[in-house]
Amino acid sequence: MPDVDVRLEGVTKRFGEVKAVDDLHLEIQQGEFFSLLGPSGCGKTTTLRMIGGFEEPSAGGISLGGGDVTNLPPYRRNVNTVFQSYALFPHLSIFENIAFGLRRKKVDRSEVQRRVKESLDLVDLPGFDTRKPTQLSGGQQQRVALARALVNRPRLLLLDEPLGALDLKLRKQMQLELKRIQQEVGITFLYVTHDQEEAMTMSNRLAVMRHGRIEQLDVPERMYESPATEFVAGFLGASNLLEGQILDRSSELANVGVAGGSTVRVPTARLDGQGPTVKVGVRPEKIKLEADEGDPPAGWNSVSGTLRVSTFVGVSHQYTVNGPADSTLTVYAQNLGAEPAPREGERVRLLWRPEHTFVVQPSAPLAEWEEEQ
Amino acid sequence: MSVVLAQETGRGPGLAPAGAKRRWTRLVLPVYSGLVLFYLVLPILVMILYGFNASGPKRVSFRWQGFSLFGYTHLFAKPDLTTALKNSLFIAVVSTVIASILGTLIALALVRYRFRGRGVSDFVLFMNISAPEIVLGASLLSLFVSFGVPRGILTIIIAHVMFNIAYVAVTVRARLAGFDRHLEEAAQDLGAGPWITFAKVTLPLIWAGILAGGLLAFALSIDDFVITNFNAGTTQTFPLWVYGAVKVGIPPQVFVMGTLIFGFGVLIALLNVVAQRRRA
Ligand SMILES: Nc1ncnc2c1ncn2[C@@H]1O[C@H](COP(=O)(O)OP(=O)(O)O)[C@@H](O)[C@H]1O
Ligand SMILES: [Mg+2]
Repeated sequence: MPDVDVRLEGVTKRFGEVKAVDDLHLEIQQGEFFSLLGPSGCGKTTTLRMIGGFEEPSAGGISLGGGDVTNLPPYRRNVNTVFQSYALFPHLSIFENIAFGLRRKKVDRSEVQRRVKESLDLVDLPGFDTRKPTQLSGGQQQRVALARALVNRPRLLLLDEPLGALDLKLRKQMQLELKRIQQEVGITFLYVTHDQEEAMTMSNRLAVMRHGRIEQLDVPERMYESPATEFVAGFLGASNLLEGQILDRSSELANVGVAGGSTVRVPTARLDGQGPTVKVGVRPEKIKLEADEGDPPAGWNSVSGTLRVSTFVGVSHQYTVNGPADSTLTVYAQNLGAEPAPREGERVRLLWRPEHTFVVQPSAPLAEWEEEQ
Repeated sequence: MSVVLAQETGRGPGLAPAGAKRRWTRLVLPVYSGLVLFYLVLPILVMILYGFNASGPKRVSFRWQGFSLFGYTHLFAKPDLTTALKNSLFIAVVSTVIASILGTLIALALVRYRFRGRGVSDFVLFMNISAPEIVLGASLLSLFVSFGVPRGILTIIIAHVMFNIAYVAVTVRARLAGFDRHLEEAAQDLGAGPWITFAKVTLPLIWAGILAGGLLAFALSIDDFVITNFNAGTTQTFPLWVYGAVKVGIPPQVFVMGTLIFGFGVLIALLNVVAQRRRA
């Protein structure tokens, strides 16, 4: 069991009436790549700023490597931050930017030389030391910001949407780069983003936040396959949710009667503590679509509907189906080219394995400001 | 000294649209600009020219009497004029330094913090700049008189600091408006305490603003007449001496000193421009 590096206990931050962060509990392990994911305004930045020392919690405590840092100023914490705006010092050369932290620690000159050069190599910018920040592109500035933080070998690196200002292609490239660098240096990364794909690509574990609280905390696969709440299910990708009543939970697979008369089977363990009304869901790529003729195959969950829209995306087909009780269901089918694609307006049947069914707790609908991503 | 300000707005005339019919209109802007520049520069040229005026045994010299280097070779030939100039330089340097520090601090406070009385402070700065000098001078005098403060160099310095703070504060504040607060947080994040952060990050970034404000303050101080006249007592400054000399005639040394002060201002402004170029 690795050591706990960062611990937040009951951390709350109020700005006047607004509770930006609400009774947050969190433990991050040594060497972990941990992400905070959530819509804009959910309190990610505030959480990060409290760990960095730029905001003081209204309540609760923060410890780093076992030592309490709740009331320490930023310059007394063994933590470094990569700011979203990069915040490179415009009046200093790249070399002096990166050397800034080492100079504060009175590291001797030859050591400064060596480590700055080493970290420029690490971020793949050798020979850039004499330039000024304004002479670099956005992606290069981003790397310098990273080097400037990492050169200090902090216990923990905080990154606040560091790729937010880059274009899509560069962002994908930097995601892999960041992951490589993190594995190379072995420093704990706490990464903030509102991009679910980014969080899932890079993290060992992630937490989804909403309204200043953690909705769910898990490894990416489990978070995606069995989201705990309606909100998480929707935030991590397209999901198909159906409301139903638990009919029978005596065996390993429980029966849930959904609107429209179908019965959906769910692993009983996932119904723990819920009912009698529940929301069950399934990811679009788990669903097989076929013409609604004859009896559905045994051992599969089956729901019928009418195919409304069929979109060809190249690698796959995307189907939108009008399901029971006015529900809209999405299906992604890999373009194998084997079967003829169903046509719009046809009656279709959606089939999926019972173990791919998840159960979510209902969430309040998204407010408008939360949906901008 | 006006060069310092001109540098901010100096842009060449724009390109006029092509076309044979409108060709004469192309000349309007350059000619107009040229005339305005000539208008602005004329008094300075006259000042430089009269520094080379030959001065006879009599002091009257509003008339051109022939070329001579007398003003330069006998620059300090008039002890009371020399003393007045020294006083002016001393007052200008001291009041500029004090006003630059105080003005910068006010600008930082106004931009950084929301405190009770912030709006009032803003208004006071504006009032200080827009109030007629003669009113400021007179009211300051009555203040000194009622508190029994003897008039001299000290009261002149107090007066000059008073009217210079607002100019520095306004100039520095303009510079601070685009300042990214994350830069200071980044410095703290990298282990710099508040003082190091100020010295290594904040100050270098607002330095150009402080320098511009300081130059403006220096220029305002060295040629202030109205407020100084109220609060000088028997102390002579350069402008006071020149005013007194007008009735009997101005010796060429006055124009030479004016030329030198002007040249010094131009030099600093140029150095500032060069420094900024190299930084960018
Ligand atoms: N300095 C502040 N003053 C007042 N309200 C703030 C301040 N910082 C953040 N907030 C509020 O706290 C909430 C969370 O903000 P933030 O942590 O920036 O969210 P995120 O980074 O997830 O987008 C928002 O409602 C925001 O308006
Ligand atoms: Mg944020």
